[in-house]
Amino acid sequence: MSQREFIRQMPGQTGASLSPGLALRLHLDPPLLVGLLLLMFGGLSVLYSAGGESMDLVVRQCIRFGAGLTVLFLLAQIPPRSYRFWAPVIYSIGLVLLVLVLVIGTEAKGAQRWLSIPGAGRFQPAEVMKLAVPAMVAWYFSERTLPPKLTDVIAALLLLGVPAMLIGLQPDLGTAILIAASGLVVLFMAGLSWRLIAVAVIIVVTAAPLMYFFVMHDYQRNRVDTFLNPEADPRGTGWNIIQSKTAIGSGGVNGKGWLDGTQSRLDFLPESSTDFILAVLSEEFGLVGVVILLMMYLVIVGRGFFISWQAQDTFARLLAASLVMTFFIYVFVNIGMVSGLLPVVGVPLPLISYGGTSVVTLLASFGMLMSIHTHRRLMSY
Amino acid sequence: MRRPLTLKDHHHEQRIFSVRLVVGVILVLLLTSVLVGRMIWLQVIEHNRYTTLSDNNRVQTQAVAPPRGLITDRHGEILADNRPDFSLEVIIEQAGDLDQLLLELGKLIELDEGDRERFEKRRRTARRPWEPVPLRGRLTEEEIARLVVNQHRLAGIRISADPIRHYPHGILFSHVLGYVNRINVQDLDAMTLDQQRNYAGTHFYGRSGIERFYEDTLHGEVGYRQVETNARGRILRVLEEQAPVPGQPLRLRLSMRVQQAAYDALGERRGAVVAIDPRDGSVLAFVSRPGFNPNLFVTGISYKDYSAYRNDHDNPLFNRALQGRYPPGSTIKPMYGLAGLDAGVTNWERTIFDPGYYQLENDPHRYRDWKRWGHGRVDLRDAVVQSCDTYFYDMGFKLGIERMHRYMNQFSLGQPTGIDLYNESSGIMPSKQWKKAARGRPWFHGDTINASIGQGFVLATPLQLANATAIMASHGKQIIPTLAGERQPVERTDIVLNDQDNWEKMTEAMVGVTELGGTARAMASGAKYEIAAKSGTAQVFSVGQDETYNEDELAERLLDHALLVSFAPAEKPAIAVAVLVENGRHGGSTAGPVARQVMDAWLLDQQGELNVPPVFANTPVTPPSNAPADGADNEDRP
Repeated sequence: MSQREFIRQMPGQTGASLSPGLALRLHLDPPLLVGLLLLMFGGLSVLYSAGGESMDLVVRQCIRFGAGLTVLFLLAQIPPRSYRFWAPVIYSIGLVLLVLVLVIGTEAKGAQRWLSIPGAGRFQPAEVMKLAVPAMVAWYFSERTLPPKLTDVIAALLLLGVPAMLIGLQPDLGTAILIAASGLVVLFMAGLSWRLIAVAVIIVVTAAPLMYFFVMHDYQRNRVDTFLNPEADPRGTGWNIIQSKTAIGSGGVNGKGWLDGTQSRLDFLPESSTDFILAVLSEEFGLVGVVILLMMYLVIVGRGFFISWQAQDTFARLLAASLVMTFFIYVFVNIGMVSGLLPVVGVPLPLISYGGTSVVTLLASFGMLMSIHTHRRLMSY
Repeated sequence: MRRPLTLKDHHHEQRIFSVRLVVGVILVLLLTSVLVGRMIWLQVIEHNRYTTLSDNNRVQTQAVAPPRGLITDRHGEILADNRPDFSLEVIIEQAGDLDQLLLELGKLIELDEGDRERFEKRRRTARRPWEPVPLRGRLTEEEIARLVVNQHRLAGIRISADPIRHYPHGILFSHVLGYVNRINVQDLDAMTLDQQRNYAGTHFYGRSGIERFYEDTLHGEVGYRQVETNARGRILRVLEEQAPVPGQPLRLRLSMRVQQAAYDALGERRGAVVAIDPRDGSVLAFVSRPGFNPNLFVTGISYKDYSAYRNDHDNPLFNRALQGRYPPGSTIKPMYGLAGLDAGVTNWERTIFDPGYYQLENDPHRYRDWKRWGHGRVDLRDAVVQSCDTYFYDMGFKLGIERMHRYMNQFSLGQPTGIDLYNESSGIMPSKQWKKAARGRPWFHGDTINASIGQGFVLATPLQLANATAIMASHGKQIIPTLAGERQPVERTDIVLNDQDNWEKMTEAMVGVTELGGTARAMASGAKYEIAAKSGTAQVFSVGQDETYNEDELAERLLDHALLVSFAPAEKPAIAVAVLVENGRHGGSTAGPVARQVMDAWLLDQQGELNVPPVFANTPVTPPSNAPADGADNEDRP
């Protein structure tokens, strides 16, 4: 495992950066950091409007950003081999906590997601698993030859399937799917054969209706129904999606202007500062604003792919690719749901939505990315 | 963690990964294009549709109901106005536990089953989110205070104030003003589209009386307001406004003072009083007792109150003055007398001998006079003054039913007077043709004899009797009794007698009725003006079959109705009054004093001196600010 230990650490020449030396010593990646900060700043301005010009909301989001950036900075200092070493441990602890949540968890909004720690508030073990599951699957494949054999695939599926199932039981279908996806991305990147992928796609397509009729909770089924036909109950379950589409559509190309979005300002748009914040952005900044936002996401995702491409071992590569891809899936699912392309699942818009733990978890994943990028050793090609 | 076995082919693995990474990048770009495509669909292609939806969301067009016109008496005394009614509403979305809230509210204010039922029904009908649902109306000051004090722990309640109709004099004008109540689907269905548009914001509709007849005048023109609201329905700003045109105020020709006098004079007895100014047809008083409290009907009368009215044997909801049909009895005799004179079947000099009954040739049946031993030898004047039945049996038989019918029609008996109220009864002035059509039987001589003293088939409303008396007082000038406003020109022609002096002579005979030896002498004692009158009693044959009375009640309800028609001052009449007292027995002694008090209220001033008010001038009068209602009469004095 330490076959490259002799290689000297590479002095800071990591592409474009303002002060490569300092950034490298701090284990930060300037392009990624600048992209994230721009996104966060833009997000705060939208949040200010969505929250009805409440500074209170903005300040609290800033505190979260501060906490998230601190975690980012700390995680960036830890070398990737430590992640690799600790991945199975953290994964196992996370699994235990997930079981505990189901047994003694605190209930909120009809789901058991929180674990109260006396004297230290409460937290969601699922957030830890967002990072632990891709790390664990990446660890597993880093120990095997690639492309994976069928037994490895099954093992990996178990590794990602068990926590996803436990989270699904809470029930928190959105997070469960996203965590499963983060593991599946590792599988895909590890070279899962196209044949198996095709089989999986066929299975999913046929299983979806069965899931709908036999597995889903009523409220989940309602969401699907609403997604398929929001006009069936325009005052009830369809209200959110109709109002959000109306907000987006009425924004047009140039938008109604900052602080001038009637849909959100007049309270027609529910959840306007959290899951549906994109509708506010689209209404006030129009198509131009949405495209700029997507460009910013693409820059971050692109940089993430570059980092994973540059990564020097299988674990780092797979983990980096999975974290980036999961980030993009967040973006896609949120925008897809707000614009009526996907059913409504509780997924926030990364770094724009007002929200607690997800901000910290997201920034933590970028800390790991930066760690992967800044702890490389020089390799001669 | 050293695993010596498998030799990993790092280059191969990197190659696999690179290919997958490229696939990943392509996937990301593809999905991003999907999102951009979706946004273009929503924001460019469907933009107009969603802009409309968004505007429909926030901009609402609200109809603004015009304030209903006030109703005053001739002196500007307010008879109907609009006052705020405080009602309790619940915003369901704010309320949280609704059952708990209703329980709490039930402890603070009175909520009956009806309130709860209506609330449940309204709650379930389609409404915008955050639209308040009314729970109870007519909150008292105390209830409002109790709610406000506890508002902090009653999330979701709201107290709103809307103008509703109010009748400050309540029962006094109930049968003439009528009332408004909630407009309903049937009302709207009966309207043209244009009318429906005009009623878009209106909650109340004239249901009876003046309120119904003058609905169009009182209602006004609807206004519109475009407002921007938030999702909670709260109005944030008014974008555009077109003010409603308020309903026109309606000045009635009624006099509050005369109405009050008539109402008080009737006292607790069942009956009706109608007073008309014969100079212009103005209705001065229009009373039917018992009455009802119109304010109870405005926001929806409770079942309890309504059934109390319905089950009352005295039938307070029945408008006796307008729809009560009574045999006019002897009150019709002066008019018959004029008809007999005009047709030449009698004259002032002709006399008959009254033995106490009248007999037709070849008929053993005796038609009795009210005076068993008869009036002896009487001429027409005596027959009017003493109300001799036999004289009129004889004269009526000679006149015949067809001529009787024709003459009485000219006095508006047997046909509607045309007063500005709906559902006026036309009474019955029989003819041969009428009996054939209505009863399917031929006309008998006996029918004519009965009709000759205002009994039999003859039926008239107190309003008709007052109107006929006003025509008498004005010497045949046609009159349409009018409560408000300017009326259409008279369609009927004046009554012109062959000898116009007969008006004067008949008036003189009627003055005799109130003098010594007359049947209504009681009413004229101490009067400062001459009164022409004719009393009457109407026999009651049966009481309603579906009604149950105890014996005393039954006996009382079989007594004769007391009637009296009169006008004064006899030489230059300024008021004609018809009085009906159900089961009052004697017209002269029971109904007479009632008529006298009504006349005094109109003809005498504050000091009790004769001071005939001028005719109604349809010019606006400023309502007296704090002068008592009676004092308003002074405004007529020059």
